[in-house]
Amino acid sequence: MGRDDFVISARSVFLKKGNRQKFSLLSLIIISIVIISLEYFQSGPINQIRMITKDIIIKSSYIVSTPFKSISKTYYSLTDHFNMYDEYEKLKTAETKNKNLILENNFFKKENQRLKKLIDEKNLFNEEFFVTKVLLDQKSPYLRSLLINKGFKHGIKLGAAVRSDSYFIGKVIDSNYLTSRVLLISDLNSKIPIIIEPGSVSAILSGTGNNELGEIEYLPEKNNIEEGGIVYTSGSDGVISSGIPIGKIILDDNQFKVDYFTDFTQIDFVKVYYKK
Amino acid sequence: MSIINKTFSKFLGIFPVIILFISVLTNSKYNFAYDENYLNFNISYIIIFYWSLKKPEYFGYGFIFLAGMLNDVIQNNPLGVSSIDYLSICVLTGFVRTRIVLQNLFYDWVFFLISILIVGSINYIILVYIFNTPIIYNSLFLGLFATFLIYPILAKILSWIDNILQVSIYDKKNQ
Repeated sequence: MGRDDFVISARSVFLKKGNRQKFSLLSLIIISIVIISLEYFQSGPINQIRMITKDIIIKSSYIVSTPFKSISKTYYSLTDHFNMYDEYEKLKTAETKNKNLILENNFFKKENQRLKKLIDEKNLFNEEFFVTKVLLDQKSPYLRSLLINKGFKHGIKLGAAVRSDSYFIGKVIDSNYLTSRVLLISDLNSKIPIIIEPGSVSAILSGTGNNELGEIEYLPEKNNIEEGGIVYTSGSDGVISSGIPIGKIILDDNQFKVDYFTDFTQIDFVKVYYKK
Repeated sequence: MSIINKTFSKFLGIFPVIILFISVLTNSKYNFAYDENYLNFNISYIIIFYWSLKKPEYFGYGFIFLAGMLNDVIQNNPLGVSSIDYLSICVLTGFVRTRIVLQNLFYDWVFFLISILIVGSINYIILVYIFNTPIIYNSLFLGLFATFLIYPILAKILSWIDNILQVSIYDKKNQ
């Protein structure tokens, strides 16, 4: 290809507007580069536009993805149906254990309250929360997050702890006007201070982004953790309350990993906790 | 022509755009775990590549740019990254259209591999070097490879949709 031919081709590709084309490729590429630059410098007015755009897109994509969601729901309900008998058998045995545990739990709760009173400890965090609907769940190698239908208009703040049932699943990382994004603990970027019981071993739980098990980092060299130990939030970051259960310890390839209590693929509603 | 026919014709005209937008909005659904890595099929790459190569008149570059913005919001990427990716595909297919006379599925497939490798590199450079976003290199590469593998199947489906569209548009014109 001669140099002139190449120039002609390049001009045709970048500048020529074909049938039904209102913009040339070059103009749109320049606009994209300008937007990327604005994103890099995170300027104020752009953030407002970005928030509104995000709200509109998230709400509309929720509507579009509804049929796909119903297909996966049907699949899960069918699987549940087939596994019903096995589940029933398991639950029957678990119920007896649970009855004993509830009694034990009540005893420890009362004892804990009494001891707290004795040392005059105040509760730093209350138990107030919003129940919000999950609009979309994002599951890609780089992002494991949920989009929920409440934003800063409703009082959702960055860093707020999010639970599914009573288990910790992540925290709010992005709050728009009407919607927010929750970064799940399984995300590659998620780092949560944890405490492992029994033994009260402190460490950091890190998401891997590519499987359902969490990695434990910064474990003390001498530790007495065992398979089956329970992982709770430690609350040492000052943002997330302490003692929220996350998962249990399992041994995988001679490494301790965290098996989450929550199945992240089947979350419809979450609780977003906030400080009073 | 009745209102229904007019609406139907308009619908046929924007059908490829609808497919593109649905693929972008549901992008996160097309992935599954394999050996601790995620295979992430990027259907939108195939749709943009195929139709900007074969039928560039089906959707304007503006729609492709908009689809990129949608993808960025959904994937929580910095705005503009996917638009650059998608428009890069259009640039590459534009060059192929002007330079290569002979086109068949095999040539398209090989050229698709080259295109997605270039686009994947652009994506990686912007996310990692400019925005410091951690990316699992294996997953990115596996995802591109998986997208490359399913290209012939999807190309056949898209060509089938294309034929239906052509026939329907021709029928409407001759009614």
